[in-house]
Amino acid sequence: MIAYLIRRILYALPILVGVNLLTFALFFVVNTPDDMARMQLGIKRVTPDAIEKWKQQRGYDKPLLLNSAAGGTDKITDTIFWQKSASMFALDFGYSDDGRNINREIATRMGPSMAIALPTFLIGLVAYVSFALLMTLFRATALDMAGVALCVLLMSVSGLFYIIGGQFVVSKLWHLVPISGYGGSGYDGGIGGFKFVVLPIVIGVIGGVGSSSRWYRTIFLEEIGKDYVRTARAKGLSELAVLFRHVLKNAMIPILTGVVVVIPLLFMGSLLTESFFGIPGLGSYTIDAINAQDFSVVRAMVFLGSLLYIVGLILTDISYTIVDPRVRLS
Amino acid sequence: MSFMPVMLWSDALVFLLLAAGIASAWYVRQREHLLLPWRRVAQSATAMVSLLVLSLFLLIGLLDTLHYRIALPEKNSGETVYTPEVLSVFDKLVEPLRTHTEKTYSAPLAVTLYAKESISDAHGSVSREYPRLRYGGAHLADAQQQDSDVLWRGLTGAMWGLLAGLLIALGGKQWLAQRGWPLRALLIATLIIATIVGMTVNLAVAYHVLGTDKVGQDVLYLSLKSIRTGLIIGTVTTLVTLPLALLLGIAAGYLRGWVDDVIQYVYTVLSSIPSVLLIAAAVLMMQVTIDTHPQWFDNSASRADLRLVFLCLILGVTSWTGLCRLLRGETLKLREMEYIQAAQAFGVSSMRILTRHIVPNVMHIVLISLVMDFSGLVLAEAVLSYVGVGVDPSMISFGTMINAARLEMGREPMVWWALASAFGFMLALVLAANLFADAVRDAFDPRLNRTEFAK
Repeated sequence: MIAYLIRRILYALPILVGVNLLTFALFFVVNTPDDMARMQLGIKRVTPDAIEKWKQQRGYDKPLLLNSAAGGTDKITDTIFWQKSASMFALDFGYSDDGRNINREIATRMGPSMAIALPTFLIGLVAYVSFALLMTLFRATALDMAGVALCVLLMSVSGLFYIIGGQFVVSKLWHLVPISGYGGSGYDGGIGGFKFVVLPIVIGVIGGVGSSSRWYRTIFLEEIGKDYVRTARAKGLSELAVLFRHVLKNAMIPILTGVVVVIPLLFMGSLLTESFFGIPGLGSYTIDAINAQDFSVVRAMVFLGSLLYIVGLILTDISYTIVDPRVRLS
Repeated sequence: MSFMPVMLWSDALVFLLLAAGIASAWYVRQREHLLLPWRRVAQSATAMVSLLVLSLFLLIGLLDTLHYRIALPEKNSGETVYTPEVLSVFDKLVEPLRTHTEKTYSAPLAVTLYAKESISDAHGSVSREYPRLRYGGAHLADAQQQDSDVLWRGLTGAMWGLLAGLLIALGGKQWLAQRGWPLRALLIATLIIATIVGMTVNLAVAYHVLGTDKVGQDVLYLSLKSIRTGLIIGTVTTLVTLPLALLLGIAAGYLRGWVDDVIQYVYTVLSSIPSVLLIAAAVLMMQVTIDTHPQWFDNSASRADLRLVFLCLILGVTSWTGLCRLLRGETLKLREMEYIQAAQAFGVSSMRILTRHIVPNVMHIVLISLVMDFSGLVLAEAVLSYVGVGVDPSMISFGTMINAARLEMGREPMVWWALASAFGFMLALVLAANLFADAVRDAFDPRLNRTEFAK
């Protein structure tokens, strides 16, 4: 197991290098730093001096890959690639365009993101699986058909609609919770901050019902057609016992495949939810960076996102061994 | 008045797709075994009704794809000068909708603006009133008649629509019955659609059926124009996805060895970046390129259009990995099958095995994944445009409509119609696409046991 994990982590390194090279190419080769400077400073009336100054302030005034002017190891380290990309492997994301330390921003914004994303994920998982089990229990009846129809309808609605509609009905019409915001600076997870997170969580859960429940229903239906289910019924088990004790357990592998991989990504939060509800998490940080065209932040988020995704893949493999004793990692 | 046809990049790609679609339809028609699953699709009532709705959207999108520029009134010099504005055949058809712009917000079917304004009368006294609209209900002498006029126009329009629908239905009945298509569902759908269209057309002549937005543009016009953008995002993207996924997926599965390793590495790298972030990063870079090279574009329409094409390109490059992985797995499975081994034993070349034996046997996966992806792409456009990495802000799309209207919910009194229309049209398009995709999947997926659900 340990050997397997070490090997997986070693396999992950080339992928991260690939991600890094890709973002580097995207950000520095497609457009030269001069182009970005001109973009940031406004297209017209840009003096070469202003461009130079902008590049110097942000450390873009170095050669891209190889600094032939420098000596020794500086040949490689005193370049944009080394300064901006290679340092990411040490999880050092540097500074954003407005001069803030990206690492510190990530650390402070992780909490709010988790406060929304984790409950959404957990409540959602339970709700979707229960709904899917219900549809499976009543399969091929009017209830099942209505459930599937509801799922298709729900997944055809834009995610933006759930957020805008939910904000309008719950906050503006009924005045139940604030439209947006987050528990302020002194937020300690108490009941005061609860009212800010409840609507984003509910909307997040509702937004996923359609596609997830239908997906789980398909998984359960696939399991329920198998021979061991017929055996279980034949020995006199009730339909509920078959469903919970046999089908649910055996459906764990396909469920985990889709679920575990997103757990680490929960740190990143949801771009839309956070930006609509004014939650100071990583999702809204990313959106702000995109709107402000802050390349260093976007690059840091891309790297962090893929790192977490790879962690999720490894976690998925580990979770298989927990739910299925036949799986051995070697 | 003379005009000059204009072929934007996206138009060319749409026509390419259309030609490919017609060619493959013709190809399938010749071969009974390929036609069989389509017959199953045709027997499903929901699929056919969805297809009817989709073809209506498609018709609007195609009409909106035939672009031209009108010549300006000739001045002294001999050469003709064309307007910088690029219009489409669809614009011409609904010209009143496009040109009848009001001053600012007005509610659906309203005859007055949505907010009071100071109006001074002949005697110089100023009063706060709702000013009458320039076009909406302008034929009415008295604003009080509005209710009865709307009712009357709506009813007559609905009657005409119903009549036209009945004629179509009577004409098409024989034809449908011969093919064993779901007759009743299609007829009912035709009647309903015809009635709605008739009613809308008759009302749209005199009113703004869905109101006007902040700058007084007709919301119905904006919604109808958004259809083309949504369709292009959903379909042109496949032009990028399909060759990449098909070529690389089959190559990886069939050739294995280092080719497989390289291709797997590439798609693992691409799919490990969260797609929104990758798209955002790529679109940001594209934005920089476009902004620093203004000389590439002769007018704003072509710039917005090129940005749309690039967005499709980026969406395609970031979304081929899923299909590629599926195709690789299927090819790995197929190449061990006896008939492939037999072909190899007979000395059939690899190229021929791939084209004759592998590709036709993975096409159902390609088709299912393409139709399933369509609705996701339409929805993604709205989200990306909201985030600011979608289509050009000057291009009419569901995303830009929602983006412009999202703050209007906070207004007092509230402006809801722009948002409602954008979401409504999007729901119709995506729901129809989803239902159709489900029917296609049910008909083509060999794993689905078709007797299982009959229980």
